[in-house]
Parts: sequence; C-alpha cells; structure tokens
Amino acid sequence: MTIPHISIDTILLFTMVAAALWTVMGRSLLKATIGLAITSAIISILMFRLNSPLAAVFELSVCTGLITVVFVSTISLTKPLTHKEIVELSKERHKRFGYLPIIIIVTAIVLTLIKIRNNVAVAPGADITADVRQVMWNIRHLDMFGQILIIIAGALGVVILFEERKRDEW
Amino acid sequence: MPSLLILVPLIGLVALNLPNKDIMRKLAFWFALGLFITQILLAIQHHPVFWNYQLEKMDSFFRVNFSVDHLSFIMLLCIGIVSTASLLVARHTIHDEKERFKLINLLIIASIGMSGTVMTSDIFSMYIFLEITAIASFILIAFEKNIYALEGAFKYLMLSATATIMILTSIAILILAAGSTSFSDISQAVRSPGNNIVVVAIGLFLCGLMIKGGVVPFHAWVPDAYSAAPASVSVLLAGIVTKVAGIYTLIRTITAIFGLDGATRSALLMLGAISILVGAFAALGQKNMKRMLAYSSISQIGYIIIGFGTGTFLGIAGAVFHLFNHSMFKALLFVNASAVESRLGTMDMDKMGGLSAKMPVTGATSVIGMLSAAGIPPLSGFWSKLMIIVALWRSGDHAYSIIAILAGVVTLAYLLIMQRKAFFGKDNESVSEAGLGIKTASVMLAGVLVGIGISFPFIFNRFLAPLREIIHR
Repeated sequence: MTIPHISIDTILLFTMVAAALWTVMGRSLLKATIGLAITSAIISILMFRLNSPLAAVFELSVCTGLITVVFVSTISLTKPLTHKEIVELSKERHKRFGYLPIIIIVTAIVLTLIKIRNNVAVAPGADITADVRQVMWNIRHLDMFGQILIIIAGALGVVILFEERKRDEW
Repeated sequence: MPSLLILVPLIGLVALNLPNKDIMRKLAFWFALGLFITQILLAIQHHPVFWNYQLEKMDSFFRVNFSVDHLSFIMLLCIGIVSTASLLVARHTIHDEKERFKLINLLIIASIGMSGTVMTSDIFSMYIFLEITAIASFILIAFEKNIYALEGAFKYLMLSATATIMILTSIAILILAAGSTSFSDISQAVRSPGNNIVVVAIGLFLCGLMIKGGVVPFHAWVPDAYSAAPASVSVLLAGIVTKVAGIYTLIRTITAIFGLDGATRSALLMLGAISILVGAFAALGQKNMKRMLAYSSISQIGYIIIGFGTGTFLGIAGAVFHLFNHSMFKALLFVNASAVESRLGTMDMDKMGGLSAKMPVTGATSVIGMLSAAGIPPLSGFWSKLMIIVALWRSGDHAYSIIAILAGVVTLAYLLIMQRKAFFGKDNESVSEAGLGIKTASVMLAGVLVGIGISFPFIFNRFLAPLREIIHR
C-alpha cells in the first residue's frame, strides 16, 4: 500500500480552509478576527511559495497586520455580549452555516473530477517580474487614485457605522 | 480632459473634509450639485474641446486609458441626473446637517466610481471603479443603522463580495491569456478558439456582473437593499447604481471584449425573459411600496437584457434607451415613494390612500412615472419598449416578443394597484405636499420622461443612432 504524496501546499490549503471556516462559524468576534489573520498569513505563505514574494508581503502587511488592527479597534467599540447571548448566537450560527463545510468538500471533489482543459499560454506581455514600484506609481496611476477613494469610503464607513454606538455606550 | 470628471470631485472631497467643517458642511451640497449639473451639461453637449483635448501633463501623470463614446455619454447623463435627484431628496429628508454631510461625501464617491466605470477601457480599472461604487453603496444602504438597513447592507455586501471574487478570478485568467488589461487586447485573446479555461473565465465574469445587476436568479439582495436604504439612497440605487455596476458593464464587456455569440445570445434572452416574468409577478403581490418598485426594477432590467440579447442594432439601441428610461422613471417613482414616506412614515400601501388631493405634484408625477414604466405612449418608456419588441420580432424571437408584450400588461396592473392604493380614493386630511427639494426632483424627472417621449426622433438621431459604433467596433 502506498501513501499518497501530500505536498506542503496541500496541507497549507487545508489549513487555510479550516481557518476560514473557524472565522465565519466561531462564536466570538475577536476569535473570528484572529481566524482571519491566520487565513491571511497562510495565503501569504502560499503566495511566497508560488513565486510572488511582493504580493505575499502586501497580503501580510495589509490583511494580517492593518486589517486585524482595524477589526480589533472596531470590536472594542461594540457592546460585549452576555454568556447566554453568546451561546444562543453560537447555536444559531452553527445552524445557519452548518452546510458550509459540506459545500466546500463537495466543491473540492467536483473540481478535482472536472478536468478543464487549461491550455492558456502566458501571453508575452504579461510581465510578472516587473518592479512593483514601477507598476504602482508609473503604470497603474489611475488605480492608485481608485484605492485612495476606497480608503476614504472605508474611513467614512467606520465613522458612520460605529460613531453613534460609541456615544451610546458612554 | 475626461480625467477631470474624476480628479475634480476627488480634490473637492479632500477639501470638504479639511478643518473648518462648519463652512464645508454648508458648501458640500452646492459643490455636489455643481458637479452633477456640470456632468449633465458635458454629457449632453459632447463638446470636443472637453472630451478630446489632452491635458498633456495631467493625462501623462494619470496614465489614463479613458475611452468615452456615445454609450458613455448616455450613462454619464444618467449618473448626473439621478445623482442630482438623490442629492435634492437628501437635502429635504435628512435633517441633521452632520449626517447629510456624510451622505453627500458618499454620494460623491459613488458618483466618481460610476463615472470612472463608464469611461474606462481597461478591465482592471473598471473593477477598481466598480468596487468604489460597491463600497460607497454598502455604507449608504446601512446609513440608518436600524436592523433592516443592516440586513439589506449585509445581503448586498455578501452577494457583491461573491460577484467580486468571480470577476477578479476571471480578470486574472484574462490577463494571463492577453498579457494586458485593455479591452482591445483581451478581445483579441479571448476570440481565439480552444481555450476552455477562458470560456470559464467569461462565464464567471458575466455571472458576477449579473449578481451586481440583480438579474434573476441573482436578485435576492435587491428588494431588501432598496427598501431598507434611506430615501435618497433608494433613488440612487434603483436609479443608477445597479444599472452601471451590472447592466452597463455587461453590455460594454460583451460588445467590446467577449462578443455576442449564439450561446450567449440564447442565455441572455432566457435570463431576460425570466427576469421580466419573475419581477412582474412578484411585484403584483407586494404591499410595501418600495418592495413593489424593487421587484418592478428586476422586471424592467429583464427588458434591457432581452433587448440586448437580440444582438441587433435596434435591440441594443432599445436596451440602452430602456436603461436610460428605466433610470429616470424608477428614480422618479422612488423620489415619490420617499415623499410619501416622509409624510406618512410608512410604506405599507394598505395604510395609504387619497394622497393625490393633498400631494398634487407627487400624485401627478407618479402617474407620469407609472405610465412611462408601463410603456404608454407618448412617454419615453413606450419608445424603448417598442424598439425592444420590434427587434425581438424581427430577429425571429417571436415567443420572447409575446412575453415582453404580455408582461407589459402585468406591469400596468401592479402599477395601477400602487397608484389606486396610494394616491386615489378617499381624501387623506392628515398629510401635506412634500418639501421643495423632493418636488423639484420629481418635476425634473417627469419633465425628462415627457420631453424625451415627445422629441423621440431627435433623441434617436442624436444619442441612439451613433450606438452603431459599439456594435461594429
């Protein structure tokens, strides 16, 4: 009997899916944030292993670092739940999201069985080795402005959605 | 200089949020109004000095790949008019100046996102602008922070995120295949046969856009989002956001990149017909005015999809024209719904009745909106539906043509029910007419519907006939 070869990437993928499930099905917002950070960290490692070190650095710094800080700060503004409320929410959440692991397993099996013919040759123009500084500040200027707008919209969203709750608590 | 339509609002947005906010809060409304009216005038005029002149330093700094054609002009006009209506409604329905200031900021951001989406010819920039619009819309829906608003926003966020994953995955595959993000390069790459993974990418992309557009079976978020949002946001969402984020992008990417082959055409015709029927029959059973209008939107979007699915010039021009008309009459009906809500505090049509006598402007403009939506001549909605039905008949899709005609009767039925329950009947003593801003928005939109209906030959020659360029490109 031969043991099937399981690569480190496969183990990482399974761990990432488990962390993502823990994030959406967990009972505590704080634990969900930690779950999200772990998911992002594993994605970063996968990106690094797929020969995209700069994308990995961005993922690590933005998602694992900055977004976790923003989430934890936001959670600190919300009203903590009682133990009874947490248990009730947890039950409801498991009932609502209980099908998620099944969907993921079925999707994984279907995708493994379906063989989509992938004969896309990387086009010569797709320069994946271009310097990220060159890409961001010289080639994709407009998208940088777009990202500024997204950040402004996000900041406004935090102000609008959490300001009053903070005032109520005080 | 089309880049000014992005840059000026962006600089203005930053300036509005500088210290000394009291003055800025007062200025915000007038700044936004000036922006939207300028956009309307520029889109009507098509003046080459603005649209073709290159500001060398700025354009090279921006590295802009904007490509503004007649389809973009129509969409920019829609964005300008509906944003103006939304702004006017916000002025008279949100009384706290601080809250109104925040909403205006988001309104400007959503407007920049939509304008960028309709002007770019780069698939990744289109995605960025779509995300700007989606994030601003999500916050706008949740603006009132009650349970319904948060539920509507959450549903929109979840479905929008699913659409984003599909679109982004598709873009990644397309970039690999084409080596570029411009529409023309991707178009050449995807039309070479034998790439099954590219076919999957196209399917994912189109499904993502249909989620954003609220086409059946991806419509679950639409009624909750439209009915839970504040009045001015409902006007914006129903009037233009879904049209730009889902329907314009669908028309643009299919005509400029993917092409309209037999399978795509059949799928569009079928989805369009299902949307028309599901939306119309679901609207019939609604008691909440905003939810009825939301289901009506799903049905009207079906008309746009089915017209586009013919693949002929008449069908595509009819679809684009119906997109414009739908923006106008749906924005008008939502403005009037907000007028009723501001006076009665409810959207339950069983608790309404006799509003026409006390709200004559709202009642009269509502009739115009209703008749235009039902396709009654000589209002603008009649012409666009006629173009779509004739195109379907000519292209041999007789069954779809009959569905479109019969669904028009259902549309008239549910809108008459709404009109009778809300505006006709016994005089309601306890209400008064809506505020000046809401009345101005209603009259402006009703004027557009009547004006365009009467001057249809001029509109066809000036705005619709040049759309041939997007088909024969």
